[in-house]
Amino acid sequence: MQKESDIRLPLILGDKSYKDITDDIIRPIEANPPKTWYILLMISIVIALWGIGCIVYLLGTGVGSWGLNKTVGWAWDITNFVWWVGIGHAGTLISAVLLLFRQKWRFAINRAAEAMTIFAVFMAGLFPLIHMGRLWLGYWVFPLPNQFGSLWVNFNSPLLWDVFAISTYLSVSLVFWYIGLIPDFATIRDRVTKPIYKKVYRVLSFGWTGDAKAWNRFEQVSLVLAGLATPLVFSVHSIVSFDFATSVIPGWHTTIFPPYFVSGAVFSGFAMVQTLMLILRKAYKLEAYLHVKHVEYMNIVIIVTGSIVGVAYITELFVSWYSGVEYESYAFLNRATGPYWWSYWAMMTCNVISPQLFWFKKLRTSLMFSFFMSIIINIGMWFERFVIIVTSLHRDYVPSSWTYFHPTWVDIGVYMGTIGIFFVFYLLFSRYFPVLPIAELKTILKSSGKNYKEGYGKGKGYWDKHSAH
Amino acid sequence: MADKVIFAMYDDDDKLMDGAKHLVSNDVKVSDVYSPMPLHGIDSIIGVEPTRLAITAFMYGITGVMLAIIGIRYMMIVDWPMNIGGKPNFSLKENMLSFVPIFFEFTVLCAAHGMAITYLIRNKTLPGMPPRNPDPRTTDDKFVMEIKTSENTHIKESVLSKLIKDTGFLEIEEKSIL
Repeated sequence: MQKESDIRLPLILGDKSYKDITDDIIRPIEANPPKTWYILLMISIVIALWGIGCIVYLLGTGVGSWGLNKTVGWAWDITNFVWWVGIGHAGTLISAVLLLFRQKWRFAINRAAEAMTIFAVFMAGLFPLIHMGRLWLGYWVFPLPNQFGSLWVNFNSPLLWDVFAISTYLSVSLVFWYIGLIPDFATIRDRVTKPIYKKVYRVLSFGWTGDAKAWNRFEQVSLVLAGLATPLVFSVHSIVSFDFATSVIPGWHTTIFPPYFVSGAVFSGFAMVQTLMLILRKAYKLEAYLHVKHVEYMNIVIIVTGSIVGVAYITELFVSWYSGVEYESYAFLNRATGPYWWSYWAMMTCNVISPQLFWFKKLRTSLMFSFFMSIIINIGMWFERFVIIVTSLHRDYVPSSWTYFHPTWVDIGVYMGTIGIFFVFYLLFSRYFPVLPIAELKTILKSSGKNYKEGYGKGKGYWDKHSAH
Repeated sequence: MADKVIFAMYDDDDKLMDGAKHLVSNDVKVSDVYSPMPLHGIDSIIGVEPTRLAITAFMYGITGVMLAIIGIRYMMIVDWPMNIGGKPNFSLKENMLSFVPIFFEFTVLCAAHGMAITYLIRNKTLPGMPPRNPDPRTTDDKFVMEIKTSENTHIKESVLSKLIKDTGFLEIEEKSIL
């Protein structure tokens, strides 16, 4: 182990030992949940049930119960799809990319962010499925032998690429997450006393032993999965952007879409991580493991990706004029000044102007402000997708078919419902799963724990003795 | 003399690492180490071979890309060529670019899942498997070194216990293997 520079701020505060890390993270699982947890769960379940009701109504009545019309064939459904996929980007990005760069601060957020990813991609996947109208035929998107008719699925189509990308992303993220969870489940298994918990965690931990060879393999698998997941993350949102970019709709037909979508996804994903982690941190008393420094790092990522998104918006505007294509120019003029001007300016304010406030150190190290901003960014990124999809469609080449999209109660209900379902999953996760990676936090305690770095308490004199290592 | 397994428990990873170094330098074979977290550097001390999982991932990946090429070629070129926007539909080479995304996704799918499954099987970690760590505290904050007398027949038992004692363990447990 190398002694870390003193200039680097400690990542684990307080006077912690290995035992304290285990205790702090498993305590919420062993203890009875607080009343607020039950209240939040109840609210989420009610919203989720309402959403499921809306989905059932939608499937029974048909996609016509959405506000779609002849001109606007895609609206809230695909907006929500892209919004959720975007949110689902931060988890694997935090785990995989930050692992490749050996960023130790990722341990404060990676577990919960990966959980967020999985639940968010799950919600995202729901929208194309219900958009098909006949949910029970959803498996037709896979290349099945021709009992289903002699035609194969079209491998030239970005919509099919999306099927492969999203399902690969979901399943690989799930595996990545679970492999990291196994050793922590073993910690819980060897510790809890309630018989039912013991039994369940015994099954979940797959008989993890923690021998030298197992850890050796664990590290290798994490590294290779991170290496595979990194291009995967980039490919998934690039492919989502191809759904639009390969079409010939002015406003969609843009070559900057893939990088623009990817950075937008990272931007919104980190914002959602902030929203969730800042609550989790307070509720589970994780202040020692996730503190201002971590939030500041995340805010820096938000500035960078937010600025990329801002540059992309302005590039789009410039190119629409510079191209000299009237349709293209009009699409963008219409976005900014047409009937949907309010959504365009909401997007611009939330995504371009507001993240620039993080240049002020005082603001990016303020937890309250970060939380507030994370909500603003989540809203802004929803509007971004709405702007791209609806404003490009609602005025097509034939002015007589120009129209305005109004969401129906089913549109709103399905969207709200997915937020409810997401939170039901997330609350259950935070209650029964270790929200921080216990084993991995222990590996950074001696190099990045405040007590070890500064040589007091349990870490007194450690680096004086061990600097030779 | 019945063969024995000695489990020496430490309360700190550095103590265990130093202990293992001390034992190995005195020609003792340490069979295994159980720890609550990955211990960097322990592999070379106790002689754990590097894992070949990354190679398996590569092989699964190659399998994936081959399957994708063969599959898509059969479906799109051989079995039912579709005319989509006049794109070339009669040769794989000319239609290849629009197949690349799925080649890539399928490669990652096979490599990741193949490696993960191999990992679980090789580690003997599958649903319902019983835990085999010598002490439940090794998943919390204790570190255990496993030494088998059968692997250390070249050292006298009294010398071996003296050497182990020198490492400053917290607790020791001996189990006879019948």
